[in-house]
Amino acid sequence: MKDKRPRNLDFSTLRLPLPAITSILHRVSGAFIFAGVAVLLWLLSESLASEEGFARVGQWLDLTIVKLLVWAVLAGLLYHLIAGIKHLMMDMGIGETIEGGLLGARLVIAFSAIAILLTGVWLW
Amino acid sequence: MVTNVTSFGRSGLYDWVIQRITAVVLAVYFVALLGYLLINPDLTYQQWQALFATTWVRIASLLALLALCAHAWIGLWTISTDYLTADMIGAKATVIRFLFQTACVVLMFIYLVWGIQILWGI
Repeated sequence: MKDKRPRNLDFSTLRLPLPAITSILHRVSGAFIFAGVAVLLWLLSESLASEEGFARVGQWLDLTIVKLLVWAVLAGLLYHLIAGIKHLMMDMGIGETIEGGLLGARLVIAFSAIAILLTGVWLW
Repeated sequence: MVTNVTSFGRSGLYDWVIQRITAVVLAVYFVALLGYLLINPDLTYQQWQALFATTWVRIASLLALLALCAHAWIGLWTISTDYLTADMIGAKATVIRFLFQTACVVLMFIYLVWGIQILWGI
């Protein structure tokens, strides 16, 4: 049977301007932090289980590898949060023009970079 | 109206609204928890345990956990129906998409039960 229904645009052939890249990153970060929730729940579980567990989490967080892992998850969360706030603002009709969209994408990159760097400083 | 058995609210409009409400719940919870950790750099086990023993913190945490499941399902469903399609990955797309979505649901369910266990196990 031949499918004659209309097809969506094949987005693998499209060139991606900055707002499209920030949008894809919003999706990528979303999928990433969904997996990262396992790390956060694991830390929460250990830290609440007992006094010793709480101390163990403190020791783990002194390890560079655990620090990097937590930083990566927090970076994903912060980016997703900031891109999400921009998304909600656009839902309200703010910054919907081509120029507004570009400015919004630049602000998302700038605010996320600052927030992620500060989180790194906080962790180390 | 287009309905789809695998979308969360069975319609795009429901999903759209639910995605935004859960987003606000998650944003508030995440910022509040991050803020708490920021203003308590010398956190002790007693403080931490007392925080999560409070009824309203448990309510907020469970709400955030449920919001996370709905939000993640809608987002991952959108991703899977956009990219795991015959156009993008070939003839096996439906099977792969089904397996991906199943794995997502199983993981969400694990998070939910695990989270409840953490919150009420202390």
